[in-house]
Amino acid sequence: MAVRVERADFDVGVEVARLTAGRSDIGAIVTFSGTVRGGSGADAITAMTLEHYPGMTEAELARVEAEAAKRWPLQASLIVHRVGTLKPGDNIVLVVTASAHRQAAFAAAEFLMDYLKTRAPFWKKEMRADGQVRWVAARECDGEAARRWEELPPRG
Amino acid sequence: MPVKILYFAWVREKTGKAEEILDLPANVTTVAELMVWLKGRGPEYAEAFAREDVIRAAVDRNHVKSTATLSGAREIAFFPPVTGG
Repeated sequence: MAVRVERADFDVGVEVARLTAGRSDIGAIVTFSGTVRGGSGADAITAMTLEHYPGMTEAELARVEAEAAKRWPLQASLIVHRVGTLKPGDNIVLVVTASAHRQAAFAAAEFLMDYLKTRAPFWKKEMRADGQVRWVAARECDGEAARRWEELPPRG
Repeated sequence: MPVKILYFAWVREKTGKAEEILDLPANVTTVAELMVWLKGRGPEYAEAFAREDVIRAAVDRNHVKSTATLSGAREIAFFPPVTGG
C-alpha cells in the first residue's frame, strides 16, 4: 500500500515490477493510467497545471487506499498522482492493484479511481489553444460513479 | 485562538492569498459562519465566497460539510470541488 504525489513522470512497467518483486502470492495485477487529453477545436488545450493540497492529498489518497483494502483482498496497491504543468499526452495518474484473483483487482482499481476523483484535493487548470486559461469544473458523473460504491458496503 | 486558513485554485486566486493566520471571533463556530465572516473582510473575499454553495471545506485536512464545527480546528481550507485523476 503506497501513495505518491510528485512532479516527475512515472513508468508503468517499472512501478508494477517494483510492486510485485519477490512475491508469489499475487495472481492478478490491474493498472490504470490517466493521461492529459489534448481536446480539439474550441476545447483544444496546450497545457494543464495541477495544483494540490500538500499534506491533505497524501492523507486522502491513503484513506481511499485503506478503504479499498477493507473492501477487497488486495495483496498490494499503489497510487501515483502527478502535479505541476503537464502537456497533452503526458501521464497524470497511475493506479495499480494486485490480488490473488482478477475480480478484486479490477474492482479495486475502478473504486480507487472513482474515489480519488471525488475526494483527493487536486485542481486542474487548462491553458487553452485560444490563449484562455480556465479552471476545470467538476463533473457530476464523477460524483455518481463514486456514489454507486456506497450501495456496496465494505466486507464485514 | 489563531487558526491557519488555506485557499486553493480559484478561491486562492480570488482572495489573492494562499494562506493566512486569523483570530476568529467567538461567534464564528461553523464552516458556514466562517465563510460569512470572511466575506465581510473585503471585496476580494466577497467575490471568492460569492458562491458559498459550491465551495468545499476541509478542517484539519479532512473533508467537512459547511455545518461542521470549528471547535479545536487548527487548519481550515477552502477550495472548489476537486478535479484530479
